[in-house]
Amino acid sequence: MQAKVLQISARLLQSLPSILGIVVISFALTRALPGDPAVYFAGAMADQASIEQVRQALGLDKTLLEQFFIYAKNLLNGDLGMSLSTGRPVLEELLTRLPASIELTLMGLGLSILIAVPLGILAATRPMSWIDHLCRILVTAGVSLPTFFTGLFLIYIFYYLLGWAPSPLGRLDIIYLPPEHVTGSYLIDSLIARDMEVFWASLKQLILPTVTLGLFALAPIARMTRAAMLNTLASDYIRTARASGLAETKLLITYALRNAMLPILTTLGMVFSFLLGANVLVEKVFSWPGIGSYAIEALVASDYAAVQGFVLSMALLFTFVNLLVDIILTLIDPRVALDS
Amino acid sequence: MNLKQTIRHFHYVLTENPVTFFAFFLFGVIILAALFGPWLVPYDPLATNASIALQPPNASHIFGTDQLGRDVFSRVVVATRLDLGIATSAVALAFVVGSALGCMAGFFGGWADRVIGRLSDTIMAFPLFVLAMGIVSALGNSVENIVYATAIINLPFYARVARAETFVRRDAGFVQAARLCGTSDARILTTQVFPNILPPMMIQISLNMGWAILNAAGLSFIGLGVRPPDAEWGIMVAEGASYIISGEWWLVLFPGVALMLCVFCFNLLGDGLRDLVDPLRRN
Repeated sequence: MQAKVLQISARLLQSLPSILGIVVISFALTRALPGDPAVYFAGAMADQASIEQVRQALGLDKTLLEQFFIYAKNLLNGDLGMSLSTGRPVLEELLTRLPASIELTLMGLGLSILIAVPLGILAATRPMSWIDHLCRILVTAGVSLPTFFTGLFLIYIFYYLLGWAPSPLGRLDIIYLPPEHVTGSYLIDSLIARDMEVFWASLKQLILPTVTLGLFALAPIARMTRAAMLNTLASDYIRTARASGLAETKLLITYALRNAMLPILTTLGMVFSFLLGANVLVEKVFSWPGIGSYAIEALVASDYAAVQGFVLSMALLFTFVNLLVDIILTLIDPRVALDS
Repeated sequence: MNLKQTIRHFHYVLTENPVTFFAFFLFGVIILAALFGPWLVPYDPLATNASIALQPPNASHIFGTDQLGRDVFSRVVVATRLDLGIATSAVALAFVVGSALGCMAGFFGGWADRVIGRLSDTIMAFPLFVLAMGIVSALGNSVENIVYATAIINLPFYARVARAETFVRRDAGFVQAARLCGTSDARILTTQVFPNILPPMMIQISLNMGWAILNAAGLSFIGLGVRPPDAEWGIMVAEGASYIISGEWWLVLFPGVALMLCVFCFNLLGDGLRDLVDPLRRN
């Protein structure tokens, strides 16, 4: 157990350089504006004196190194700057919209795991069967599908043609009031408030964007599950277990799947990174009021602080998820401890 | 493997797997549309005509017309050049810079390896599409910057492949022989090592191309880079998006399918190319 604790703290330390790298790149992005940022922020009507004033106010008259430390210090205090378009702190804006995005991303990830892992296992246990071919088709088609196109296509079929889905505009139909804010997830909050009507309404809104994201994440997870399961099923201990007459389900789940978990979990970390990008597109398609939509609005309005704040927080979130994946791996797999 | 054998092997790969043949056929069509698109289409892709706006596909407009009465078919075909152009220049840039950095990292090792490795790790620490958004917003919203952003997020993939492939060859017999002849490091890298790592790099290119096209189209879908009224698949889907809830499906379907087929084609080509270059690794 102590070895595990040591190992986890070593992994925590390892993530420090990449966090530093992320902060440096984010800083570089804020300073990469073409031309003189002071002139830009001072506005079109500014004279020389007011440009100098803006330059001093933004700290642009100091050296780059000093500017970097000021930037890093502000970050530590949770200061991502002010959003030009709304006039509120960027951090506050991001935090209010984060739950909507997290709810959608996790639902999408969950759905794809629920479909892709069993599909990959079945494909690996029955090579060259119809389910293996189905798996291969889904994997090849999945990586070629533009997310925004899948989303619009689903809207056309399930909203326009069939009329099963509610209008693709946000998290909740305007006839309902959002549930009282507890976790930020409408599903959980409406359950806490025991308001089943709102629960079903928000679930209905979630279905199409979730399926869109799920289809996107399906391919890499299914491919990795199939490959990892094929690998473990070909190993000696599975042959021994089978020769000893172990039941097929126990063999598959307890022995093979547990050993195949390592590459699958690693892939999940990578898929999460892709999902954070795809999320932006899906949020635009479904007018989802999450951080992705916010970032797009900010991009269109040239609201730099907001965009850079968004990029930075997504990178930190991704680093955190990778860290979490590695810690889980350390906990479930004794071999990880032996390696190092 | 001599030339004749290569051609025979190429022929075998093409005919043995109909999917690869289909991919090569599709590739030909795409290249044709990119090169000669503007001369092949029946209508001017930018010509508006309000009297025929939003017509569903019919005999004179096989893909229908958009909200301004422009012919969707002409726009889809003409857009090939811009979409492919963005992706090709981005991938070419990533390939040149990435393989130069990767070769140096793999060949010299030491601090060069550490710095370049740290740089590509840091890029990979970002969700890549999000980083591309950040880069475009920082550099300014233009097609040129879409190319740079896509190149930067693709850079680590090339650097990593080049580094790994160079690393296993840096003490190979032919490299030592060249060194013995007094060839300089720079010359060994460019004339001995680089030609040898080209095959795996080519596979990386064609596997990467589809992804680069998707990314660039995604960026223009959210309103970056390409500006209306220019024809580009991502922006055409974005413009058609507001009409999908009233049932005008052809505005989204045709550019979307063109994009999908293009990406699909490059992914299949990547697999086919891998079979061609490395017959042992085929499954």
